[in-house]
Amino acid sequence: MNYWDFLVEYAPKLANGAVTTIGVMVCATILAVTISLVFGLMRLSHSTAVQVTATVYIEFFRGTSLLVQLYWIYYVLPLMGLTLSPFVSGVMALGLNFGAYGAEIVRGGIQSVPRGQWEAARALNMSAAQRMRRIIVPQTFPLILPPAANLTVELLKATALVALITVVDLMFVAKQINATTWLSAQVFGTALIMYYIMARFALTPFLRWLEVVAARKVGKA
Amino acid sequence: MEWRWEFAFEILPRMLWATGNTLLAAGAGYLIAVVVGLLLMLGQRTRYRLINVPVREVVEFIRSTPLLVQLFFVFFVAPQFGITLSAWTSAMITIGLHFGTYLSEVYRGALEGVPKSQWEACRALNFSTAYTYRRVVLPQALPIALPGMGNYLVGIFKDTPLLATIGVAELMHTANALGAETYRYLEPYTMVGVIFLVISLPTAMGLRRLEAAVARAQGTVQQ
Amino acid sequence: MDTIHPTTLPDGSPLVRFADVTKSYGDLTVLDKLNLDIAQNEMVSIIGPSGSGKTTVLRVLMTLETINDGVIYVDGEPLTHMPKGSGLEVASEKYLRQRRSKIGMVFQQFNLFPHMTALQNCVEAPMKVLGLSRDAAEARALDLLQLVGMEDKKDQHPSRLSGGQQQRVAIARALAMRPKVMLLDEVTSALDPEVIGEVLSVIRSLNSEHNLTMIMVTHQMGFAREISDRVCFFYKGKIAEQGTPDQLFGDPQNERTKQFLHAVLDAN
Repeated sequence: MNYWDFLVEYAPKLANGAVTTIGVMVCATILAVTISLVFGLMRLSHSTAVQVTATVYIEFFRGTSLLVQLYWIYYVLPLMGLTLSPFVSGVMALGLNFGAYGAEIVRGGIQSVPRGQWEAARALNMSAAQRMRRIIVPQTFPLILPPAANLTVELLKATALVALITVVDLMFVAKQINATTWLSAQVFGTALIMYYIMARFALTPFLRWLEVVAARKVGKA
Repeated sequence: MEWRWEFAFEILPRMLWATGNTLLAAGAGYLIAVVVGLLLMLGQRTRYRLINVPVREVVEFIRSTPLLVQLFFVFFVAPQFGITLSAWTSAMITIGLHFGTYLSEVYRGALEGVPKSQWEACRALNFSTAYTYRRVVLPQALPIALPGMGNYLVGIFKDTPLLATIGVAELMHTANALGAETYRYLEPYTMVGVIFLVISLPTAMGLRRLEAAVARAQGTVQQ
Repeated sequence: MDTIHPTTLPDGSPLVRFADVTKSYGDLTVLDKLNLDIAQNEMVSIIGPSGSGKTTVLRVLMTLETINDGVIYVDGEPLTHMPKGSGLEVASEKYLRQRRSKIGMVFQQFNLFPHMTALQNCVEAPMKVLGLSRDAAEARALDLLQLVGMEDKKDQHPSRLSGGQQQRVAIARALAMRPKVMLLDEVTSALDPEVIGEVLSVIRSLNSEHNLTMIMVTHQMGFAREISDRVCFFYKGKIAEQGTPDQLFGDPQNERTKQFLHAVLDAN
């Protein structure tokens, strides 16, 4: 079967899988961003208990393999009474894992805001909460977006792993088609191209646009 | 479900053997990636557009697509061209290429991190290109590259479970097998997680110390 | 503390009083049992070599740093400490926030908020800290921006302003809190020579027309001589010599003062 016929026959299925991939990615990103902000700020807390909790979480999820975490949530948690659907398990594992990496980026960003901003806010007698919310955090966005953009592309690639816990995403569909037709080059090649298009021609330009918007808000563009 | 210590101790020998296999896979894959990365970086730095443009595109492509899909591609497609690759060989090729592209970016960033003024000073002192690289640029690029190189070493180690999907007998694969044989997944999976932590955390800490020591030795650390 | 400091100062006391203030960083003593009084409406310049503690004087007064010993009083009440029973204990953040608005500071690096316009920089604290309505805060901010000559740039972000312009906005921002004491920490040191004049003009008019109490750390000797009521020469954490500008610049008594002035004036 030549490639064109292959595409006509199987592209719709692959496209459906890609939609699921995007769905997983978006949900996981939302979870990861939330965790990043919360744990990034916790890492900078004055309370030792809060700081240590955040550090333990971050080191744990960064130090262990994503696939192991994924399997653990999908296969072991049910044994302890918590059964989650494949989709939710996948989103959770990705969100928790990438949230840990994101937390370090947020922390780095906050610490990169010039010292003078903290002092000016203090001199104007702003409370710690006002200072964080109105002065420091808005200035972290242009600083964290570049590394966060890299992390988001990594997340997109990592979604392929959820195929291994039976989420019907692009990778899963590709494996299925391969198992029935053995047209490995066509199907995995097409899958690779689809991931490539998603990453390079949709996700990356969007993230670049976010970086420009953030820079403009801080008067740098 | 209760944790059974006797079972855990029973399967420990097999898990440890698989850990050794995992470390071997990670180590070998890393070495291949280090070399491949160097070649890819040089390929991008050359002035010949016939080389640097295709290399750049290939690097971008591999960097932007999932390792898992690449693994399956290499493993299943090779036979279509008449070459049968073992799971191990496919794994080494894929990891080498995939992480090679990451490392080429690390090398590129490190070289660019050396201030232009260093190159200019060498030109002014009439050093040859080879000497400039060897005695001035590479020694300064190394501390910049180390964090990235270290991160990807740990990264490869953490990605070894993917190799289980094409049958490489590493840790995750063994855990799956044990689970399928005995219907007990709790102990194998948990032990895999613990073993990963036990290996990667000290490694990460050791790497940070190494970076600091190198920076100190070169006098680039602010006192 | 060795000495017992009062929990409140009697009427007629100076606006700012440093009582035996000591500040150290580890082994390094930066302020050494400093005693300094600033009267209402006084314009005091602090000069001295680097490391002499001049900037630290401002920073502890602005409560950017804590002190190790002694007490600072502002407007008759202790600032760094709060009353407890008949004595004093180190102030809590809550107490500090009640007192801090009496003091304003302009920084060497301006420290304007880059994600806000000039006007927004000036209304942020009055609205959020003093609780002014947006209209009231904006009216006040516009007045002050006019005072410093920046009202036509009110909607510009700091990145679009020159150093001198940013510093003038920074002055307006500090004034918007209606502080009793204004601290100026080497406010022209980071500026290109051609814009220093516009900032000094603003300070001059603040001093002459608005009778603000100001403490200024500066290297601009000529300016200090021109507008100060009193000049303090700091050396190694203590006031080595102080007096009117004519006294200190014209007829310095202390050996160190002479050396310093020689070195500085020679460089010009």
